[in-house]
Amino acid sequence: MSGDTGAAGELLVARDIGKRFGGIAALTDVSFSIRRGEIYGLIGPNGAGKTSLFNVLTGIYTKDSGTFVFDGSPLDDLKPNEVAERGIARTFQNIRLFANLSALENVMVGRHVRTKATVVGAIFRGPRTRDEERAIRRRSIELLDYVGVKRRANDLAKHLAYGDQRRLEIARALATEPRLLALDEPAAGMNATETAGLRSLLESIRGDGTTILLIEHDMKLVMSVCDRVLVLDYGRKLAEGPAAEVQKNERVIAAYLGGDVSLNLKGA
Amino acid sequence: MHAFFDTRGRPALVWAGLALVAAALIALPWVLAGIGTAWVRITNLAVLYCFLALGLNIVVGFAGLLDLGYIAFYGVGAYVYALLASPQFGIHLPFWVILPLGALLACIFGMLLGAPTLKLRGDYLAIVTLGFGEIVRIFLNNLSTPFNLTNGPQGITLIDPFRLDGFSFAGTQHVFGQALTSPIKYYYFLVIVLLLVIVVNVRLQNSRIGRAWEAIREDEVAARAMGINTRNMKLLAYAMGASFGGIAGGMFSAMQGFISPESFVLVESIMVLSMVVLGGMGNVFGVVVGALMLSYIPEVLRYTVGPAQMAVFGRTLIDPEVFRMLLFGLALVLMMLFRPAGIVPSALRKRELEQVPADVG
Ligand SMILES: Nc1ncnc2c1ncn2[C@@H]1O[C@H](COP(=O)(O)OP(=O)(O)OP(=O)(O)O)[C@@H](O)[C@H]1O
Ligand SMILES: [Mg+2]
Repeated sequence: MSGDTGAAGELLVARDIGKRFGGIAALTDVSFSIRRGEIYGLIGPNGAGKTSLFNVLTGIYTKDSGTFVFDGSPLDDLKPNEVAERGIARTFQNIRLFANLSALENVMVGRHVRTKATVVGAIFRGPRTRDEERAIRRRSIELLDYVGVKRRANDLAKHLAYGDQRRLEIARALATEPRLLALDEPAAGMNATETAGLRSLLESIRGDGTTILLIEHDMKLVMSVCDRVLVLDYGRKLAEGPAAEVQKNERVIAAYLGGDVSLNLKGA
Repeated sequence: MHAFFDTRGRPALVWAGLALVAAALIALPWVLAGIGTAWVRITNLAVLYCFLALGLNIVVGFAGLLDLGYIAFYGVGAYVYALLASPQFGIHLPFWVILPLGALLACIFGMLLGAPTLKLRGDYLAIVTLGFGEIVRIFLNNLSTPFNLTNGPQGITLIDPFRLDGFSFAGTQHVFGQALTSPIKYYYFLVIVLLLVIVVNVRLQNSRIGRAWEAIREDEVAARAMGINTRNMKLLAYAMGASFGGIAGGMFSAMQGFISPESFVLVESIMVLSMVVLGGMGNVFGVVVGALMLSYIPEVLRYTVGPAQMAVFGRTLIDPEVFRMLLFGLALVLMMLFRPAGIVPSALRKRELEQVPADVG
């Protein structure tokens, strides 16, 4: 998380990614690259394959073809936990928190991959384990504070308001110290005020040097916060480029955005 | 649970409470022996069930994996002890050697069960674990030929009691004019081990490992995406749970002096599972309460159902043994109806979590 910001070069390169579900081609030859320190938008109509792309990237599904190169080395056939260890953390479109754990514990789970205590350590609780445990707690509380849900630290995740759950999911992902943070529709279900808050949260996460891959339907948010955008349609890449250019792209407007939305965009 | 052992803030109160509990635990067997020696034995078995329930709680309560064959690990531990400390092979190793061996072998069996079931969930996991439990029992029943390992359904007799430096847990000694019977000696040993086991469980739960288990229980996909190696963590849960069962089995062997496959039947697995569910899955304290209740209720009924019928009707209308289990079943149903989340609700857990702001400052 240090000198990465602004350093030239690509953090993630995707080449010819393909994924089929039976007869449905969820992704076909999708190629793109994400630069260090940018907020990279991923948009497209419902069923375009955005979530599928997240799932093959994070190892939840195995892709049929293509490669991901993350920070110079390929991610092929890694399990989800190995992907997380490499430095990619994600959130889920249909929030997947640990419902019966407290908000704080949810974030503490995120620290798992960066900490070491073993069963033996846990049972004997030597000084090293105790220090580590204290550090996990401290860092997790910091992160709760950072995303703005510290006041709900002791409440079960399932009792949090919708917007807070989305933020908590981001805190949990940040706890794994990702270099790439992949967010699947974080603004879904948020009102305008909450979305504005989310926007500044994204900006500050990027400011800390974490690259963001953002799936979002809220065009206003996408256009205001993303440096570049990839547009998917029926599992294929329709366009890629700076947000301002993509929203003027004829094909994008015709095939995806439509008249109403483009009007909306001009206002954004 | 943490608040229980956390003496910061109100040390005097906590120490007084602890002293009281300790005094009660020390006095208990003598009080029970006054009522009848059987009650000390019953208490010892109840403590063994606490071990089993706590072990199974790691698998079921923490990691959220169903296991209907858990009693197999108890059996493995019991047979390891029986074979290494009885005339069966003429081997007589000391208990402090065998108990860890039993735990180790049970742990290996735990992983043997865990490995093929890693991808299974729900119904499928239930069936496979149930089958595993039965396989172990059937092996114990049949490993008498061609080579007589387990002595088949006859079981193994004359198992050594615990011995430590000439001090035997069998027989009766007289201390200060009081009869220190074998069950009382085992009682003290068991209670000390139980306290250790409880501490181990609480520490596990409040650790990086315990949180990983709970994350898997809550949402396996999210747990993996957060970097938890779910395969290793599940295997670890099976292994830890099984080791507790193995140790309990060894102690059972020594206490009873006789074991046979009869003691490791499916009903026993279900009983231990009921203790976990009834007490409050995942809650260490609740599980102990559940185990004690389910151990005592049938015994209390055993001694009351018959006499009560005599008192009310003047004769025995229903066979006490049948009636007892009927009432026991009814008690289970009622408890689940009125306490669906377990006897001990999550209030304790809440208290533990409420410490956060104080810590943060
Ligand atoms: N596990 C699955 N099994 C079968 N088909 C799937 C699966 N996951 C996704 N699909 C299909 O793949 C296509 C792409 O779905 P995906 O969820 O990636 O779209 P999306 O762009 O995220 O849509 P939305 O904006 O609605 O979230 C859809 O046709 C969907 O039905
Ligand atoms: Mg989606």
